[in-house]
Amino acid sequence: MAVAVASPGTPPTRRDFLFIATGAVGAVGIGSVVWPLISQMSPDASTLALASTEVDISKIEPGAIVTIKWRGNPVFIRHRTPKEIKEAQDTPLSDLIDPATDQSRVQKPEWLIVLGVCTHLGCVPLGHEGPYDGWLCPCHGSQYDVSGRVRHGPAPKNLLVPEPIVFLTDTKVKIG
Amino acid sequence: MRLELVTRNGKTIMSPLRIFGAPALLAAGFLAVAAPARAQEAAPAPLPPKQSWSFAGPFGRYDQAQLQRGYQVYREVCSNCHSMHFVSFRNLSQAGGPSFSEGQVKALAETFKVQDGPNDAGDMFERPGRPSDPFPSPFPNEQAARAANGGALPPDMSVLAKARDIEFGGLWFMLQPFSQYSEQGVDYIHAVLNGYHDNPPDGFKLPDGKYYNDYYPGHAISMPKPLSDGQVTYTDGSPQTVEQYSHDIAAFLMWAAEPKLVERKRMGLTVVIFLAVFIGLLYAIKKRIWAGIHDDTGVTTAAQPGE
Amino acid sequence: MSGSTTFVPKNPVLKWFESRLPIIGLVHSSFVAFPNPRNLNYFWTFGGILAFMLVAQIVTGVVLAMHYTPESTLAFASVEHIMRDVNFGWLLRYMHANGASMFFIAVYIHIARGLYYGSYKAPREILWILGVIIFLLMMATAFMGYVLPWGQMSFWGAKVITSLFSAIPLVGDAITVWLWGGYSVGNATLNRFFALHYLLPFMIAGLVVLHIWALHVPGSNNPLGVEVKSKKDTLPFHPYFTVKDGLAVVCFMLFFSYFVFYVPNYLGHADNYIEANPLVTPAHIVPEWYFLPYYAMLRAVPNKLGGVCALFGSILLLAFLPWLDTSRIRSANFRPVYRVFLWVWFAAVAGLGYCGSQEPVGGIVTASQILTFWYFFHLLVVLPLLGFFETPLKLPATITDAVLSTTRGSSGAMVAARTTASPSVDG
Repeated sequence: MAVAVASPGTPPTRRDFLFIATGAVGAVGIGSVVWPLISQMSPDASTLALASTEVDISKIEPGAIVTIKWRGNPVFIRHRTPKEIKEAQDTPLSDLIDPATDQSRVQKPEWLIVLGVCTHLGCVPLGHEGPYDGWLCPCHGSQYDVSGRVRHGPAPKNLLVPEPIVFLTDTKVKIG
Repeated sequence: MRLELVTRNGKTIMSPLRIFGAPALLAAGFLAVAAPARAQEAAPAPLPPKQSWSFAGPFGRYDQAQLQRGYQVYREVCSNCHSMHFVSFRNLSQAGGPSFSEGQVKALAETFKVQDGPNDAGDMFERPGRPSDPFPSPFPNEQAARAANGGALPPDMSVLAKARDIEFGGLWFMLQPFSQYSEQGVDYIHAVLNGYHDNPPDGFKLPDGKYYNDYYPGHAISMPKPLSDGQVTYTDGSPQTVEQYSHDIAAFLMWAAEPKLVERKRMGLTVVIFLAVFIGLLYAIKKRIWAGIHDDTGVTTAAQPGE
Repeated sequence: MSGSTTFVPKNPVLKWFESRLPIIGLVHSSFVAFPNPRNLNYFWTFGGILAFMLVAQIVTGVVLAMHYTPESTLAFASVEHIMRDVNFGWLLRYMHANGASMFFIAVYIHIARGLYYGSYKAPREILWILGVIIFLLMMATAFMGYVLPWGQMSFWGAKVITSLFSAIPLVGDAITVWLWGGYSVGNATLNRFFALHYLLPFMIAGLVVLHIWALHVPGSNNPLGVEVKSKKDTLPFHPYFTVKDGLAVVCFMLFFSYFVFYVPNYLGHADNYIEANPLVTPAHIVPEWYFLPYYAMLRAVPNKLGGVCALFGSILLLAFLPWLDTSRIRSANFRPVYRVFLWVWFAAVAGLGYCGSQEPVGGIVTASQILTFWYFFHLLVVLPLLGFFETPLKLPATITDAVLSTTRGSSGAMVAARTTASPSVDG
């Protein structure tokens, strides 16, 4: 018989094994062809190589916010005044939507470094705006405090802190 | 007229007649017509001698120490005139290549000054190189390069090893893919670096500002002899000769042109084995399905599926 | 013969769907139940191989387009970026570049098979003409694709080929400038070639659908050239031809892989790794290997317009084959004289290819002229006359008769008995 179909109950034969083995090998083959087609869309080697940025922070006055570009996104570097630091540290965690202490978000209290991307839908929040004098997102009105923590929705999370941040010297910081 | 495949040292390796049979006879008859063309050409340049390379063949891979020496030759000699702008410092630490450590690459990049900017004041400025920077070019633009080199442009070296070919002639082109010979570029580069003569042969008129080279097309090359014995100091005890330098720099250029060569050949082996197994299985299935139903050798009374 | 079946899915959802869009039935009648002559040989698998290659080229091409920049100062660098930095970029580019050559290897075998077995003859003329149009589109696509890396051969190949149009009397120069979008090949040319290189493969895919449609009306020709007379002469497409085509496709993939992984630059040209320079022409411009025979014909004719006419005429003439060939016998197996002439013609095409790769001096020019003459003489004179003068061999009445009579001295019944008695013999 040319194409015999094994009837139910009969033990698997050599031909069943042959079909299963070929199917399995074919599936592996298709998988290994598809993988490069998917993987090619991931960031390439030149993009990954640019993943860190060094910034000279010596010229940033207290109270000022400087925006730099890192991995295609804005990063806010805020030189906080003692008043702002105290305000951020004294905020009770119970007032926060996404509770986090200020200490957990900074390495040096006077330098706050956060990703300038609203955690709602990705707009860039405006500095020194809103009732908490932190940031206000112009798109949908999310409010952040001087520690970049969200205080009023719709954003669900605090502004992200890029990692790693390394203070190479007192005036030079490396992000990423 | 050329009916046999002759290697560069004059040894006959194989007669195409034996391989292609009748079609080769046709081709041979045809070449007999075409042959006068060859005879009319000027005395041809000698073919570059074939070298042995660690990256040749199906299992080829780069020799890490050789690439590091090659980089040294590039850095100390070639890079004075030749750019290599598609290669970045970070590539030097890539697996399968010279495999410098990341620390070494960072230190190495910092020895170069790289132009960056504009800064907040709108000025361009120089800073130490970073691993992500491409190799800085010796000249700001093509015109500057030409002006500094007597009107000749030193070619960019990024893909130089793939941009040079050797014309073997005859019917070798039909066998070449199956020999896997793809080192024409490096053989040529090695030959040129060793092909300089202080004085051209009698009767050859060398234009001013040119140098005589056996292997350069037309023999008059604008690049003065770039390497001499002892010019680059190796730290690993390798011989400090032009022969060794030219091998090392050619290998480095091959890596620069084809940094994924090792990955490619390694993946190729897997793919070929995989497909061979798959073909075996499919062949068995095909035999089984067609069993009894002969296409051109006869028809059996075997029932068709579904009957 | 059209293979229409009354396919009714059992699953109620599919049944609901099928009654509104009978696509499962279409696929079933075209690629499952479709009756194919049982005596097809492996040359008939090249249609499937070509379908595979078209898909492979479109998939790798779309993916490469995600990284490629069609701008004259960035194109070469973006290709190097693909080769060095993009994940698996080197693999995708080598697959696409070598895939073009593989596509042409397969299409030339496919065309040669059609010529040998007379697949262009009635009632398959439209099928054949669609094939010639697909071939022309393939050539255009391949040519424009070769321009995209913007190397020296890209640039100068584009310049030489587009300059062919300047041979057209009166409007030639205007057309050339229009094609370039400037006074030379430049950024505008590169950009439009990229757009068209992306578009044409989908037009090819559309024509392939028509090609298969036109094939499924009369059904496949076969090595005997005798039409299918009864159901006994055929086998259903699935599983017989799916497995046979599948085996052939995977064998072809092995051949393809060898080039991609071990000699990826053999089919290309070293000069294309030098960035395009409008001021310097390479010493020896050659097109890709698959265009060499036409290139030789172009150079064989000393007159500019004549050369261009020879080039285009050599391909367009193929569309008229169904009427140039006056013989009623399809397969060259039954045409002893035609068979010899056809092999000579194949050799002439190969010879033209060799001439195209050489510098046009001395004997090469003479040889190209002789071979070009023979190319046209065969099509325009030999073919029409042979039909009248040739005495064909006796054709078998049916495919089944033929396969029975070639059963190496034993009768069909005996073969049947042997096979039934020992079913394990065949695997």
